[in-house]
Amino acid sequence: MKNTIIFHNVNMNFNLVLRRDKSNLGMENFMKKIYNLGIDVGSTTVKTVILDGGEIIYNKYERHYSKVKETVAEQLKIIRDKFKGERFKIAITGSAGLGIANTSGIEFVQEVYSAFVAVNKSYPDADVVVELGGEDAKIIFLTGGVEQRMNGSCAGGTGAFIDQMATLLGVTPDELNELSLKSQRIYPIASRCGVFAKSDIQPLLNQGAKKEDIAASIYQAVVDQTVSGLAQGRKIEGKVLFLGGPLSFLSGLRRAFVTTLKLDEEHAIFPELAPCFMAYGSALQAEQIAEAMTIDEALEKILNAKATDNIVVGEPLFKSKEEYHEFVERHKKSDLKYEDINTYKGDAYLGIDAGSTTTKLVLITPDGKLLYNYYCSNKGQPLDIITDKLKEIYRLLGDRVNIKASAVTGYGEDLIKASIGIDYGIVETVAHFKAAAHFCPNVDFIIDIGGQDIKCFKIKNNAIDSIMLNEACSSGCGSFIQTFAQAMGYEIADFANLGLFAKAPVELGSRCTVFMNSSVKQAQKDGASVEDISAGLSSSIIKNAIYKVIRAKSPDELGKNIVVQGGTFLNDAVLRSFEMEMGRNVTRPAIAGLMGAFGCALYAMEKSKAEGLEKSNLISNSELDSFSYRSTSAQCGGCGANCNLTIIKFNDGHRFISGNRCERGAGIKTGDLPENMFEYKYKLIREYENIKPEKPIAKVGIPMTLSFYDMLPFFHTMFTSLGFEVVLSEESTRETYYKGQQTIPSDTVCYPAKLAHGHIESLLEKGVDFIFYPCMSYNIDEGENDNHYNCPVVAYYPELLKANMPVLNDDNFISPYIDINKKNHTAKAVSRALKKYSVTKSMVYNVLDKAYTDEVRFRRRIETKAREIISNARSKGQKIIVLAGRPYHIDPEINHGIHKLITSLGLAVVTEDSVSNLIDVPPLDVLNQWTYHSRLYRAAEYVTTQPDMQLVQLVSFGCGIDAITTDEVRAILEENGKLYTQLKIDEINNLGAAKIRMRSLVASLDEKAAD
Amino acid sequence: MASNRVNQTVFTEDMKKDYTILVPDMLPIHFKLIIEIFREYGYNMELLQTSTRSVIDEGLKNVHNDTCYPALLVIGQFMDALKSGKYDVNKTALLISQTGGGCRASNYLHLLRKSLSAEFPQVPVISLNFSGLEKNPAFKITPVIAIKLVYAVMYGDMLMSLYYQCKPYEIHKGSADRVLQNWQRKLSVLLRKNRYFNTKKIYKKILDDFSDIKRTKKKKTKVGIVGEIYVKYSPLANNHLCDFLISENCEPNVPGLLDFVLYCASDALNDSRLYDTKTKKTLLFKIGYDILYKFQRQQIKVMKEHGEFAPPHDFEQLRRYADKYINQGVKMGEGWLITAEMAALAESGTKNIICTQPFGCLPNHIVAKGMSRVIKNAYPDANIVAIDYDPGATKVNQENRIKLMLANAKI
Repeated sequence: MKNTIIFHNVNMNFNLVLRRDKSNLGMENFMKKIYNLGIDVGSTTVKTVILDGGEIIYNKYERHYSKVKETVAEQLKIIRDKFKGERFKIAITGSAGLGIANTSGIEFVQEVYSAFVAVNKSYPDADVVVELGGEDAKIIFLTGGVEQRMNGSCAGGTGAFIDQMATLLGVTPDELNELSLKSQRIYPIASRCGVFAKSDIQPLLNQGAKKEDIAASIYQAVVDQTVSGLAQGRKIEGKVLFLGGPLSFLSGLRRAFVTTLKLDEEHAIFPELAPCFMAYGSALQAEQIAEAMTIDEALEKILNAKATDNIVVGEPLFKSKEEYHEFVERHKKSDLKYEDINTYKGDAYLGIDAGSTTTKLVLITPDGKLLYNYYCSNKGQPLDIITDKLKEIYRLLGDRVNIKASAVTGYGEDLIKASIGIDYGIVETVAHFKAAAHFCPNVDFIIDIGGQDIKCFKIKNNAIDSIMLNEACSSGCGSFIQTFAQAMGYEIADFANLGLFAKAPVELGSRCTVFMNSSVKQAQKDGASVEDISAGLSSSIIKNAIYKVIRAKSPDELGKNIVVQGGTFLNDAVLRSFEMEMGRNVTRPAIAGLMGAFGCALYAMEKSKAEGLEKSNLISNSELDSFSYRSTSAQCGGCGANCNLTIIKFNDGHRFISGNRCERGAGIKTGDLPENMFEYKYKLIREYENIKPEKPIAKVGIPMTLSFYDMLPFFHTMFTSLGFEVVLSEESTRETYYKGQQTIPSDTVCYPAKLAHGHIESLLEKGVDFIFYPCMSYNIDEGENDNHYNCPVVAYYPELLKANMPVLNDDNFISPYIDINKKNHTAKAVSRALKKYSVTKSMVYNVLDKAYTDEVRFRRRIETKAREIISNARSKGQKIIVLAGRPYHIDPEINHGIHKLITSLGLAVVTEDSVSNLIDVPPLDVLNQWTYHSRLYRAAEYVTTQPDMQLVQLVSFGCGIDAITTDEVRAILEENGKLYTQLKIDEINNLGAAKIRMRSLVASLDEKAAD
Repeated sequence: MASNRVNQTVFTEDMKKDYTILVPDMLPIHFKLIIEIFREYGYNMELLQTSTRSVIDEGLKNVHNDTCYPALLVIGQFMDALKSGKYDVNKTALLISQTGGGCRASNYLHLLRKSLSAEFPQVPVISLNFSGLEKNPAFKITPVIAIKLVYAVMYGDMLMSLYYQCKPYEIHKGSADRVLQNWQRKLSVLLRKNRYFNTKKIYKKILDDFSDIKRTKKKKTKVGIVGEIYVKYSPLANNHLCDFLISENCEPNVPGLLDFVLYCASDALNDSRLYDTKTKKTLLFKIGYDILYKFQRQQIKVMKEHGEFAPPHDFEQLRRYADKYINQGVKMGEGWLITAEMAALAESGTKNIICTQPFGCLPNHIVAKGMSRVIKNAYPDANIVAIDYDPGATKVNQENRIKLMLANAKI
């Protein structure tokens, strides 16, 4: 078939040439060769390669700054001028080339396939190809079954990700590379997604971790993502070819790959041509599939191609200039009064907001006038910036002013407070509320969109009533718009203004910045203007806040007096989008970006007046001159968690330690901390390890994962009574995860499930005879529910393990289907599974009662302990938190020590399954069909009957079922005047957001109590 | 028991006469037939085929954003319709299906009620289920209706299968569509007039009409589509996947709805086998299953005899495929059926398979992504790609991955 086409082409050429021949072009033209041209249009660059009989005679690499069509045309013109009158077979490849190819009719080759063709040609002995592009990561296995893979929709680990991280550190990608080469240690950074990685990096920066180490950690995260997320069990070994821009330009990244994969020079190949490799492949392919044409013909096709109508557009922000002026005038009313710092005499109060990406300072007079303000990106060094600005303030103030008190808030609160003698540290929510109330005394809803976080709170009776914070997935919206503007070469303010009068704002989705980023790229390729994108981004950020964080269906749910703040709202387009989406006008203070700091200053004023403080303990001007610090890193040995600590030593000898989850690492005595059910239950479960029969028949391994945190007592007792020695897998750590990481087929499954792979490996290391992990569609029937299912992942994960871990077989992995509510069936199913060990049905049947009893006994012990914790807490006046999630959330690697954080705030912790027995199932508006989730509803109902209890729901990222339970639990609680707090957890180790949320909860409880 | 927070309006006999019942469009071919059946019994149903951006926006606004995409789309489509002004909201009811399995989908109905509660508390929601989860006094699936529904599913499956076997090859543009529309009309009449029983004769006529379509002999790449049921079938959810494949010179191969019906029916049988629970209900299910399976066998037989088109997979065969890779006890969502369909497709020569799934779909972690490794081991040339669908996912991204799969197909 192909042959006929080629013949056909030849004939056509022949005809053409013949015709030309008539116009006296000469006979040599007949023989004139046809070149092959490959064009690779990636997400950030355009690469061109020309082949002459398989030989590369031209190649070029050019950034396109999202002007795809123009850049391609430009490159073609360069080629036209260089190869005058020549004819080419052309094929386009690359993610951004698809659109051009489709509309122009020029042949398209999928880019991974291009790479495949090119590698086959020039490195026939290669085994694996790893290619990192701007937005995609790909892997091709060449030997042992050809397989090509591309990252899923939810994945970081690409060039754009590295660029983003560099911006976060305030360096260029090249500088990031330089830094990485000087690293001393690696921090664990979530690699699955750029947004997540950012949430891991930000606190490291704020705690003063070295940039060198962070840079190397970023590269390591990229490597981990490629090795685990992409390879998924297939080993990257043999001769490995590395392709794509980032890998050819960044030596640190190369080093990270080579070290992790343990490759020597011979087996790690970095072709010189790497950046243009895909273009080379498509040029090779062009020979097969394309028809020859002149560059002018190609240009005509491309330039005349109709734009696709993929773009979905929204409403313009302003229909007219008048509308805009009315808008501007209205918001001017929320301006603040100023006082000249150069002449002012008297008292002043200092407020500092050490946010995640920005640092804000405010100095005010006792009557609330602004003396000084400062706002800037903290470039990873908030302490340096603050001490710098303090020097400036002291210089400006002379000796006319007495700073009476100071307060600090934000991610960097602890560090700043400890290092420069700030008087008070307060929770962000409190600071924001103080500031908002200054502008709008009867405010009932505040939304703050900063660089990293979106925070919303409802105000009732002058106190914070409910708090909504974004989860990791939607963080970074504010700074995204800034990073994006910079990448486009605009100042953020100018970029924002462009959107104001955009005629057709593009719809860019609201899931997360990674998805938005690719939507933007697509819109650009489809020809959307910068104006439309700017407006579209503003609206996306707002939709993210309203749909995902606030979850409001109508504006009335929010209240009448809404104050919006945070640096992102200084952007008029964002503000307007919010007003349009909510359908009502709101208050935006002119100092929207400084509200945290302003609130701190107000708080310092209030508090110092109440306490009679006359002079702030703030570091003095002279002390500042000699102020210096040095940061080192260490690992805490206080407990098994082995927190990574950052220790900052100041010149006066005092130290600040951060990175620790509990108080132990910080060198503080633990003293009389409230009791903690998480620790009790975890200990109780692990203690089963010590119970062993005298002469075991065989060793059975039980992976400590998912439902075993609930069912272990049952199965353990069953097995030991049958004469088996039960071996539990190791206690989970990050290492456990890494152990099994390569065999995880779905990167969006929850972290608790992902850990299961490591637990299987751990059991095999321990040398068990077989692993027992049953499939259980049904959990224990606790009555009153519509059904008693397990979630699909908990129910069937053994099937997945068996299918994806090559070490497992029917012999060493036994996983019968069991419904333990049915005794006779259970005996039958278990005995059938253990036939090899001569276990009969009656043997199992006879020990089952004991197993059932032990399961019940375990449950009673927890319930009794809960009552004890509650009464002890009450006797000490401590409040109680029901930390509600799933049984497996007691795994320290899953909860990351959140329970310790809560007790360190003076709250006692019990679990949902230790109180759910105390009350009946409440009326529900969902199908109550999962056992674990039903406990949540009962626990929530119970909390509403106890004045000193609050519920905090732990949600594992990716838990689809919790999309249903969270709204229901929230409804139960809020209907009865309780606060709803949700903490989303994943492999991310960073408790910063959880800490803020928990402290906000405590603060609002205190405020309510004070009322 | 429901709380006072959410309103529950029941669909009553009174409403039957002048209410419009809106139905989400999962399978355009089948659902048009199904609606005709209900019309005959006095239910004024209307298929929602809106696909504007406001559908997604309403979904995002009204449903927790981590809920699966199908819920978001179906509820978004309903809310969008109610707000559009096109319907009298005091004379409109909504129909939504409920399977009662361990997956989130059984909760869609509840999420829909929650969404309606604030603005449209008067709008009744009707549950279409066969497991007695919700009782609707004025909406009863009588045995006669149930039988007709089964026939509609079988005819729908055949039309869909033949359409996709002809459409990519048609020489005269639109000829396959004309035959399809023609038969949709005819079948509506036959179903209404109770002249649908002679399946053998009707199948043959359908087959003849489709085989009359002039088609090229050019070879096209066959691409199987499996996955979560809504995303697999609904063009709104999968960004018109079949059309895209046809434009890429492929022949889409979408396994029919009857397989899913049989899968649901076999659940009780599997449970009784696995958990030793034999009841009268099991016996009933067994009878129902056997009848349905017989129907499928007949369709396969007629198609084989006709000889021109590939028949659907035999369900008992599918169950045997499943047994090689996964236990039939995996019964949440589409469960083992997805694994079995992948294997059956690979076995029958459709080695390129797209597994469509909503972003974060729980059962699919296990049965789709989780099983593709063993399928690939068994069929080394199987070429499986999992595509996530989500309000934020871009079409280009999805299409590029499909193109990679198609490029793989050539190696």
